[in-house]
Amino acid sequence: MTELLQHLINGLSLGTIYALVALGYTMVYGVLKLINFAHGDVYMVGAFAGYYLGAVIGADRSPNVGKAALVTIGAMAICGALGFVVERFAYRPLRHRARLTALITAIGVSFLLEFGFQLNPLLRAPVEFPPGPAPRFFPALVDLGPPLEPLGATVQRIDILGFVVAILLMLALQWIVYRTRFGVAMRAVSFDPQVAGLMGIPVNRIISGTFVLGSALAAAAGIINASSRPRIEPLMGLMSGLKAFVAAVLGGIGSVPGAMAGGVVLGLVEEFVAGYTSSRYRDAIAFTVLILVLLVRPEGLFGKGQVEKV
Amino acid sequence: MIRGAFRSVLPFVVGIPLLAIAQAFVPQAYFLWIVTIGVNVVLAVSLNVVNGFTGQFSLGHAGFMAVGAYTAAKVSLAFAGVRIVGLPEVVSDQLAFAFALAGGMGAAALAGFLVGMPSLRLRGDYLAIVTLGFGEIIRSLIENTTVLGEALGLQGLPKRTNVVWIGVSALATIVMARRLAVSTQGRALFAIREDEIAAEAMGVDTTGYKVRAFTISAAYAGLAGGLVGHSIQMVTPAMFTFIRSIEVVVMVVLGGLGSVTGSILAAVVLGIAIEAFRNFQEYRMVVYALLLVVLMLLRPQGILGTRELWDLRFFRRVPRPRPLAATPGGASPTDVRDEP
Amino acid sequence: MSFRRALSAAAVLLTFAACEQKKSAPSAAPAAGQGSAAPGAKIWFGHVGSLTGQEATFGDSTDKGIKLAVDELNSKGGVKGKQVDLKTYDDQGKPEEAALAATRLITQDKVTVLLGEVASSRSLAMAPIADANKVPHITPSSTNPKVTKDGEKTRPYVFRVCFIDPFQGTVMAKFAKEKGIKKVAILRDVGNAYSVGLADYFLSKFKDLGGTIVNDQSYKAGDQDFKAQLTAIKPKAPEAIYVPGYYTDVALIARQARELGIKVPLMGGDGWDSAKLFEIGGQAIEGSYFSNHYSPDDPSPRIQDFIKRYKARYGAVPDSMAATGYDAAMVAGDAISRAKDTTGEAIAEAIAATKDFPGVTGVITLDKDHNAVKSAVVLEVKGGKAVYVATVTPDAPAGAAPQPVSAPAPAAQPKPAPY
Repeated sequence: MTELLQHLINGLSLGTIYALVALGYTMVYGVLKLINFAHGDVYMVGAFAGYYLGAVIGADRSPNVGKAALVTIGAMAICGALGFVVERFAYRPLRHRARLTALITAIGVSFLLEFGFQLNPLLRAPVEFPPGPAPRFFPALVDLGPPLEPLGATVQRIDILGFVVAILLMLALQWIVYRTRFGVAMRAVSFDPQVAGLMGIPVNRIISGTFVLGSALAAAAGIINASSRPRIEPLMGLMSGLKAFVAAVLGGIGSVPGAMAGGVVLGLVEEFVAGYTSSRYRDAIAFTVLILVLLVRPEGLFGKGQVEKV
Repeated sequence: MIRGAFRSVLPFVVGIPLLAIAQAFVPQAYFLWIVTIGVNVVLAVSLNVVNGFTGQFSLGHAGFMAVGAYTAAKVSLAFAGVRIVGLPEVVSDQLAFAFALAGGMGAAALAGFLVGMPSLRLRGDYLAIVTLGFGEIIRSLIENTTVLGEALGLQGLPKRTNVVWIGVSALATIVMARRLAVSTQGRALFAIREDEIAAEAMGVDTTGYKVRAFTISAAYAGLAGGLVGHSIQMVTPAMFTFIRSIEVVVMVVLGGLGSVTGSILAAVVLGIAIEAFRNFQEYRMVVYALLLVVLMLLRPQGILGTRELWDLRFFRRVPRPRPLAATPGGASPTDVRDEP
Repeated sequence: MSFRRALSAAAVLLTFAACEQKKSAPSAAPAAGQGSAAPGAKIWFGHVGSLTGQEATFGDSTDKGIKLAVDELNSKGGVKGKQVDLKTYDDQGKPEEAALAATRLITQDKVTVLLGEVASSRSLAMAPIADANKVPHITPSSTNPKVTKDGEKTRPYVFRVCFIDPFQGTVMAKFAKEKGIKKVAILRDVGNAYSVGLADYFLSKFKDLGGTIVNDQSYKAGDQDFKAQLTAIKPKAPEAIYVPGYYTDVALIARQARELGIKVPLMGGDGWDSAKLFEIGGQAIEGSYFSNHYSPDDPSPRIQDFIKRYKARYGAVPDSMAATGYDAAMVAGDAISRAKDTTGEAIAEAIAATKDFPGVTGVITLDKDHNAVKSAVVLEVKGGKAVYVATVTPDAPAGAAPQPVSAPAPAAQPKPAPY
């Protein structure tokens, strides 16, 4: 029983991260019909941004809530800017080209971030940038206290915080998408960008905004994950990004609650399969889930079946 | 049909003696480098069949390479120390190697078929990730299989790859791709690339052709795998990561999706560049990434686009048609006009 | 962009970049005292290492150790009267690249001795090339037994200055047994040949000694979450968990194990050796043990001197990769000076005859399989660093009382024979 509960807790903690990153994937896909391969790497940049900001303001020496919030918001801002730049210079010029072209560019940007961060430091002060391939320790931004121990299992408070933050962010995103003018515009652009443009919606600005929002969420995910599992390295976004994409597809790509649900479900599935059967094929589990979903129910849990019109 | 067969065989009839001569003169120092370039050519041209001709984006090429490499390795190890009755040892060894490569191609083709069948219903972006996933699943399976050496792989393979074999394989791949491009089946693939739904409406069995293209492409990837394994005399899972797949994609994209000569050009250029810039290896992947992004922004068709080298104006032998008599508005005679 | 413009841009770029191509790796810093080096003639050492990619820290450390050794050889007058220089190529963590780099070093840079690699799979790619070209190849820290062997035969030109995994797996098995541990769980990196090999050897030896393996789980390098595996291990109540992986993952595994309430110590191998283990592992890794090539605590003057010099040059305490790299280069230098000439065969013969060479990772004697017969040390993580606990010699029980590793041979550096 304790084991089961522990697995459940682990799976939820894992799923939270997948969900947060999946939110960004799903939003960008909903609006642009583009799989932003580089999204997982924005998550990595968020973690590093948090690391650098933390070093600059001295969060590792005297952690407190204020500094934690500052670092998180700062990292979100940096990643938002990164998302904006990537969209503006790498994706926007290709919007009228074949989808394959944008996909290749996305792969290029992803690799640029991953391998760019693995270069040896060119800048030494105020921080070492690029960080280089060696992993780094992410110091705790805030000391939350000892873990909770329900029924013999242990829950780290940072994981609870992460889960709560994820839910809040998801609700905030839902509110933005369904209750604000920006959200209406986003949905309009996702239905038909040309017509939305004709209706007076500033399509470019909306798309930029979507990217900024998605990237900020990825940054939040990066900081939460780095606080819980304090090792950051340039390739950390690779697998997490792919699994988050699987989560987005599982939940129904384009659907915000779908991304959340998909993330949690994938986290739980991965945890239970790896914990109770063999842990040798852990990464393969996510891909198998993807293949099954795409074969059996391609629209995912919350998605609607899409008819392709010619 | 005889003309077709002639066209398929002629390159080998001419090529093999030339390669044998080349092999005698190539210094050993350049051996691995030539192997790398040759293998790149095979990989790039075979991937072009799927990514370029058919317009399906596959990121799992390294997985099929792995299947071919390991199968060829297993066949070679089975033949180790065994001599085929009645043949001198040298011939027997070469025949064993041929069997190994053929086995590798067959196994890779089967893998391509099995992967292609479920995946090819999916659209571009999803297909990319699914093929990536399959590549990783294949690698995961290999790492967990004891008879395949798990993470260390298989060692002690005989060193059979040489300039002749590389040349023959590259020729075979190129001939396959070109014959395909000018055939009816090739037309079907191009149709699928241009507009899949229209092609389906015109009676092209899109799924069937896609799976076939996938299978052929996988088979030649397996050939490349077998060649690599027998050049460094070992196979390990670390040789077939998805980064390898991406490197092949970069070559195909650089050369031009759909251009066989483009892929060959890109494979050779990148092969040379990697050796030439060995001192800058730290930046290699960053340069590849920048290349992809800049290429897509400035020249998404790559070097040659969908045309071949001989389609360039530089090579055209036929003189350009002289301009016809002036027509009203400068329109061409074939334009539809409202007024007579 | 038009085709012609693209072509001309590419041509300009390539020409510009090609001019940089001839820049060679920075040679060893000139020593204060000029040795009796013959001007112009040099002996080249070639190093293939993983300078980029996930194992970059290992390749980088090894390179630093080799560079230090090369400098010292030169400051003492070089080898056979000639200065030694080093050429290093990056193999990006790929076996084919290691083969290409080795080929290049041999055929174009005309190295006398090949050094590398850390990972056995890449050393395996280099070994047949060294044999085929009759160039001696010394691997500083590849521990898989297959590296020096070609099937059943020993490769004539391939050597190593470290112990092999069958021994290393035995070390921790014996150590665990001596500590009274009877039940162990294993957590191995399934994608890493080193980890899998070490886990297998530990498993068989521990069972031979009467212990039980209660659970055997796997992970992949780079994974962030190990809680599934650890949660499965916990109810089996092992007295220790053997984690023979690289420090990056081990540190995180230790943290997550403690978070789950697993209090038993972890055990591992030389892959743990890095300052980052303590940085990322923090309190969680305290009280765990690992086998290693050398201990920085060792009071032997030879080792302390090496640590001082390394610290002065690089500002950090050398890890075992740097130490084994240093030893590999020194053994090479020693063998060349003992060899009757500088042909590959003569040097290989001399290396094979290495006996009681005083290295910083122990006294090095090569056996008939060209592997080093030397002890391993067991270190405990205490107070944020690795503290010496015991030495395990081949075919001897693990020493319980702390003993210094200093060897009976004199602490002075070997002087190159005057030629």
